[in-house]
Formats: sequence, C-alpha cells, structure tokens
Amino acid sequence: MPNQPIDQAKPFAITLDAGTSLLNKTGSWRTERPVYVDRLPPCNHACPAGENIQQWLSLAEEGNYQGAWQEIMAHNPLPAIMGRACYHPCEDACNRGQLDAPVGINSVERFLGDEALKRGWTVDVPGHTSGKKVLVIGAGPSGLSAAYHLTLLGHRVTISEAGPVAGGMMRFGIPKYRLPRDVVEAEVQRILDMGVILQLNAPVDDIPTVMAAGGYDAVFVAIGAHLANRVEIPAADATRILDAVSLLRQMETSDAPPMLGRKVLVYGGGNTAVDVARTAKRLGAEPVIVYRRSRAQMPAHDFEMDEAIEEGIVVNWLRTITGADDKSFQIEKMTLDADGKPQPTGEFETIEADCMVMALGQNVDTSILENLPGVEIDQRVVRVDANMMTGHKGVFAGGDMVPSERTITVAVGHGKKAARHIDAYLRGATYTKPAAHELASFDKLNTWYYTDADKTHRPILDLARRQSTFEEVLGGLDEDNALFEARRCLSCGNCFECDNCYGVCPDNAVTKLGPGQRFEFKYDFCKGCSLCATECPCGAIEMVAEEI
Amino acid sequence: MPHIPESEQRVKFYQTGTLTVGNRLLDLDQRTVQATQARTNSLDSGHRACQGCGEALGARYAIDAAMRATNNQLIAANATGCLEVFTTPYPETAWSMPWIHSLFGNASAVASGIAAALKAKGRQDVRVIAQGGDGGTTDIGMGCLSGTFDRNDDVLYICYNNQAYMNTGVQRSSATPGGARTATTMPLGENPGNAFNTGKSVPLIAMAHMIPYVATASVHDLHDLEHKVTKAMGFHGARYIEIFVPCPLGWGSMPGDTVKVARLAVESGMYPLIEAEDGELTGVSKIRRRVPVIDYLKLQRRFAHVLKPENEHELKALEAIAERNISRFDLLPPQATDA
Repeated sequence: MPNQPIDQAKPFAITLDAGTSLLNKTGSWRTERPVYVDRLPPCNHACPAGENIQQWLSLAEEGNYQGAWQEIMAHNPLPAIMGRACYHPCEDACNRGQLDAPVGINSVERFLGDEALKRGWTVDVPGHTSGKKVLVIGAGPSGLSAAYHLTLLGHRVTISEAGPVAGGMMRFGIPKYRLPRDVVEAEVQRILDMGVILQLNAPVDDIPTVMAAGGYDAVFVAIGAHLANRVEIPAADATRILDAVSLLRQMETSDAPPMLGRKVLVYGGGNTAVDVARTAKRLGAEPVIVYRRSRAQMPAHDFEMDEAIEEGIVVNWLRTITGADDKSFQIEKMTLDADGKPQPTGEFETIEADCMVMALGQNVDTSILENLPGVEIDQRVVRVDANMMTGHKGVFAGGDMVPSERTITVAVGHGKKAARHIDAYLRGATYTKPAAHELASFDKLNTWYYTDADKTHRPILDLARRQSTFEEVLGGLDEDNALFEARRCLSCGNCFECDNCYGVCPDNAVTKLGPGQRFEFKYDFCKGCSLCATECPCGAIEMVAEEI
Repeated sequence: MPHIPESEQRVKFYQTGTLTVGNRLLDLDQRTVQATQARTNSLDSGHRACQGCGEALGARYAIDAAMRATNNQLIAANATGCLEVFTTPYPETAWSMPWIHSLFGNASAVASGIAAALKAKGRQDVRVIAQGGDGGTTDIGMGCLSGTFDRNDDVLYICYNNQAYMNTGVQRSSATPGGARTATTMPLGENPGNAFNTGKSVPLIAMAHMIPYVATASVHDLHDLEHKVTKAMGFHGARYIEIFVPCPLGWGSMPGDTVKVARLAVESGMYPLIEAEDGELTGVSKIRRRVPVIDYLKLQRRFAHVLKPENEHELKALEAIAERNISRFDLLPPQATDA
C-alpha cells in the first residue's frame, strides 16, 4: 500500500474501507434452489364438473359473492342444484379433512347459487355468433350444460326433450326433499333466457334426418339412462312388483302418489334404493331395504344411508329376494366369501310386504343411435372418443349414456367437455386441455400454521318433519357462516401471500413484491437451505436441484 | 399490476386465525415487523452463516423488532461468537445499524458503558442492546452480565441460545442439555454425551436479579418473539431475552428443519417460553399440540445415541426434564391434545 500523507490517513489500525456483506454473493453455495410453484388443489382435481373451487372460495370469503358465482358459472351453470344434489367428491378430497373436517364446499356453493337466484344474477352472452347450429338431444344436466357452454361459445343451440318437462334425472331421479323443483326450474330458465331453444315432447328418432331438416352442424346426444334393470323372481300374479325409475317418475308426473301399501321392500343398495325408501317413508309406508351385501359394500353414499337410518328406515343386509307369493317374500341369507362376493347360505326366511320395488340400476335406451353408421355400443353404453364424439362424425354423446360414473355432476362436466370439443369441431380445430399442475397433496402442506376451525354444519330439518313431508332436508347457510366456511380453505398448492417465506429466510433472500404480486427469490444470496419450502403452509415452494 | 399499499392487501384464505408471519386478520399495527416491506433488515444478506442458521434468523427477527420499537435509534454491542464471525469478516459487515464489536465475555459491560455515555450526553432517544451467544452469556460473560443486572443499567441483553460454542467447533457450554453430543462431550461410555444435572438457566438467574423484564422466545414463534422484544423496549433498566436458535451444524439437523426443531422443542416441553417482570413470572406460552420428546430428539444427530436401546436411561432423563418444565411452568392448556 503506498504511503499516504498523514492528513488523509485512515483512522488508527484501519487499513481497508468498510464494505457491506452484500458484496458476498452467498448464492454460490447453493445446491438446490427454491422455486415458487402453483399446484392443483385436490378439490379442483376431484370436481367432475372441473370447477376452480379454490378460486371461488377465495372470492366468496371476501364477500364477493357475485364474483364467486361467476367463477362457478364459468364451468357449471347449475350451482344451486349442485349445492344440493352433488355428492361433493371435492369434500372427500379436501386436505382439511385430514385436519378436522373438510371445508363445506357444497354448502357454500348452494349459498352462492341461492344468492344468484334471489338477486337475479345472469351471465353475459357474447354478442358475436358463429353462425353454427347445434342440436342437443335430452334436457338433463348434461344436455343443459352443453347447451349453456355452446351458447357462451357463440353457437345457436336447440334442445329436443322427449319428456314433458326439462331437468332429466334432476326431476325424475332425485326426490324433491333433496332438490326442490323451484330451484331446478329457476336454473333451467336462466339457461333458456340466454337464447337456448327448448322443444318439449319432441323425441328424436332419426338423427341424420333431423340434422338435415334443422340445418344443424353438430349433435350432442345426452338422453341418460332411464330403463330400469330387473331380475326375474318367481312370483305370484298378485304380487306387486314396481321399479324405482317408474316410481320416482310417477312421483313427478302424476298427481296421485303411487299405491305402495303399508310395508314396502326396496331391493338394491344404491342411492336410488335409498331415494325410493325415503320417498316411501314420506308417503306413509314402512320401507325395508334388502341388499345382498353388507353396508361396507353398499354403493349408496354414507351420508344418505345415515340420514335414511335416522329417519327410521330398516335395512336387511346380506339378503336376496328369491321368490314371492302374493304378499309373502322369500328371503335367502347371504354370506361374503374371501373376495367379498355374496354367496348363498341356503338359509331362508320370510317377510310379509305389500309390494316390492326393484332399484337395481338403470340402462340406456340406445335405440336412437343403433342405426347410425359408425356408432359403437358396448355393454349397453355408447362409446365415445377422447373428444366425446361417437363413431359418427359430428355426433357427440355424454352423461349417463356413456361409460362413466352416473351422477349429475359428471353429467354437467360431460356437457362442458363436449361443448369445448364441439366448438373446436365446428371451427375445424381440436381442443387441447391445458396441462394440469402437480397435485397439492396433504404431505405438501405445513399445517402447523392453520388454526382450528370446525366445519359449520347446515341446519338439519327436524326429524319428525323429514319422515312425513317432502320438505328439503338440508337447510342452507346464512351469509355469516357461509363466509366462515369459505375461510376455512387452506389454499392448497397456491400462494396466499402469508409472508412465511419472506419471514423465515435467515439470509433475507426473499423480496416481497407487494399485495397481489407475491414474492421473488434473490438467488444471489439464497443458500438453498429450504427453510422457506418447509415452512410454506400451502406447499407453493419446490426445491429444485441446481446444475453443478 | 397497479401498486396497492400494504395496508390494503387482499386478505386471501384462512382468515379464521393463522400463525403465519403475516397474519392479515390482525390490525396493521399488530402485524409482525417481518411481514412489512419496510423492515430494516438489520442483519442483511451476504453474511456467512451456515444454511438454515437459527441464530441469523433470530437476530434479524429481534433487532428488526427493536429497531421499529425505538424508531431506529438503536446501538448494539456484540459479543465475540458465531454472530460476529459470520456477520463481519473484516472489512465487510452484514449489520445495517450502528454496532460495536467487543470481547467474548464483556458485551454487557460495553453496553452498560454506552448506556452511561448516552445518559451523560442527555440522549434519551437512543437505546442500547447487547447480544451474544450462549457461551458468551452463560459462561464467559456471566460476571459482566450479572453486574449489568445488578446496576439495573438501561440495556436489553439478548442471548441467542444454540446450546454450545458453535463458532469454535461445537464445544459444551453451560447451556448444553444433558445427553447432547459436542466435541467435548462425546457419546462414549455408559453415560454418553453431556452429563445430566449440570448447566444453568440464565433466565431464572436473571429473574433472581429482580430486573424489570425477562423472557424466553423461539424462532418458531415470530409473533411471540416480536411481542417480547417490543415489550422489552418499553421498559427502562436491565432486561434479558433468551432466544432459542437451533444450529444445523452443531446439532446435526437439516438446514430446512431449523424452525421445525425449535417448534418441537417448545411443543415437547423441552424449552419453555416464559415472561417475568420484576422477578415474578407473568406469562407462559401454552403448548398447542404436545409432541413426545423423542420427536424433537430424532431430528438431531447430537442425540442419535440417546435413541439407542442401551441409552434409554438418557431418553427417560430428557423426558423427565420436559415433564418438569411442563409442571413447573404449567405449560399445558386446559384441554391439551396429547400426541
């Protein structure tokens, strides 16, 4: 160091200028780097209608109910119906279920759906039209959903419904104590008000002819599955044997309730069997469900079974009905083998009953498509490709008539999916679904940071009233508890700006970009300790190996 | 995207209560200093602490909070130790505040001197902090520290407790827990690791001096830590805060587990969080979800031998310490959920 004049010398013992540690780029120590990611919340992943649930919960919890409703409507045109009749696989998947209880997504959806009906919210229809016409056959959830989405995409849609009223299984399958009819009417009307033409009592038998006559460019067939399965049981002529589909349909179309007598055997273990039993109870009968396997194998949803048993419905598990003589039914006890399959035991008993209702599943009336060239029908359901198109060009199909789980939510999802593919088909393009993010599974969360909040239970209609009337069983949430419920969401997989990464970094290597803009890593200084990733509550940071 | 002031940030998700750094359910003035864009970052980037250093984290938490509480009118006297070595390899420093380097054992005496000088100059707005590790506090600096307490000098002493001399190569201090492996308490023989029934609790010693404020805090609970530092700055006279800061190097824990290790220490009862005023215990942080001591131990190589069947007596001894803390400080909430 050159000699300096005394008056410019540094203070005693100081030989270097003071510097800041910012000159020291500790980022070079790193072998892994943290990266902000967005992961797919399990609720969104599980939703058959493809709703962005986390997004609308987020809007709902700040009181922006119309925004939340619009977010639902981007995927599902029937929130008030879904908020009642959906079996909410989202809640089964909800990570919060592993903490205390799942977020009551279904009840918040219903609250939003009801708000929309109360306040008359509508969806804007685009001003431009494509000039294309699409025929939808069947006004059930799948057909209505397709019609709605096709209208939003600018196409002209006509629905041909064979029956006297729109709604499909939402009317003829789901009893009104679960889904009041004014709700169905209001949500269907909202779709029709967008310009969808509905033709009632208009069965279609020859698709090519109707297409040519009406000038349709594509067809979506969604006629559902409404033929009841039956088994042959030796019975006397006087024995009354009904099927579930006809019974539930008669409840809807006829003023006179079906004649059931006092004691009713319901044969089957699915949701329809439970619906029939609960309907019979409300008509004053004493229903007994007979099912050949045990409760664990019942396809009916657990909560429906619970509600049915609460209402006093008797279930005989591990029984088959082998014969009937007027009002006396022969029942064989069953046992489960090692594979869980029911096997006869040779032990019999007798039950006296006034009638029996078979609820053994439904099949599709495929006659409408049978003569159409190229259409494949396999095991009584219609084959469709990944684009929901049948083997016949321009003819698409969805809902209960194609291989899938038969729920109205799946049907609504099919309607949306088909609409997107039909739209692409009409434009001579193909629709490609955007790639999904990695799933935000429970192990990706750090749940320490969420405090306890119990699920808000919907008020349950007094038991005595449930057994004798068709009033709706589940009540709705009010604004206060809907808000609370929405706020229980954990935001799995998507940053909610909790500031944890910004706080826990020992190297101050995270920049907070400000409200709504999330954060950024300072890779010059990040040593790659992964504290931010470990302490991120919602699993929105991933550690990625550095190339060395 | 338009600029939105921090006060108008959208509250997004989980508003029924959260323990995150930036709990937006709280009023602005109750939110943490660490959540603000305006925090001072008194201990800035580029320091040479190991990955996942608990002490670096605890020091920024504490000093940033003290800076806010004093309107940035703060001077620190720093004891020799990791904190000095990793922040200030001459001529660089990671401190962005006025500070003075001192010896291993005399930080509190230097701070007392600064406080006396400020008093002599009539500067009531400037406040003084002394900080050091557990070695410089519980062993080497004990005499000076006791003197500061005795004279009730206007100093907040913050001890970053990582339970050994880390900077010199992980030697035992009087804050090292029983059973722990250090370079001087190797896991050998019938009673491997540090001897039980040794060491001292400086928080309790500080309470015995009847000074205005004593507290323990942990890097896993930022809201509590900032609350205690802010509260301490509201008192005049001698104050003592001990912050539990896991050391990935000395403890043999994963760098990313630093906060988790601290959380398990508190949730298992191994490190009680307490507050005392004028020698009287005034508050304890209740355990939220009690975990077995073993959950805390198994994240750390320094206790690996304790988990072996032949050393079960050491595990039992550590569990007894947790039990004693829990009963002595009444750490369980009315309906604690046992793990």
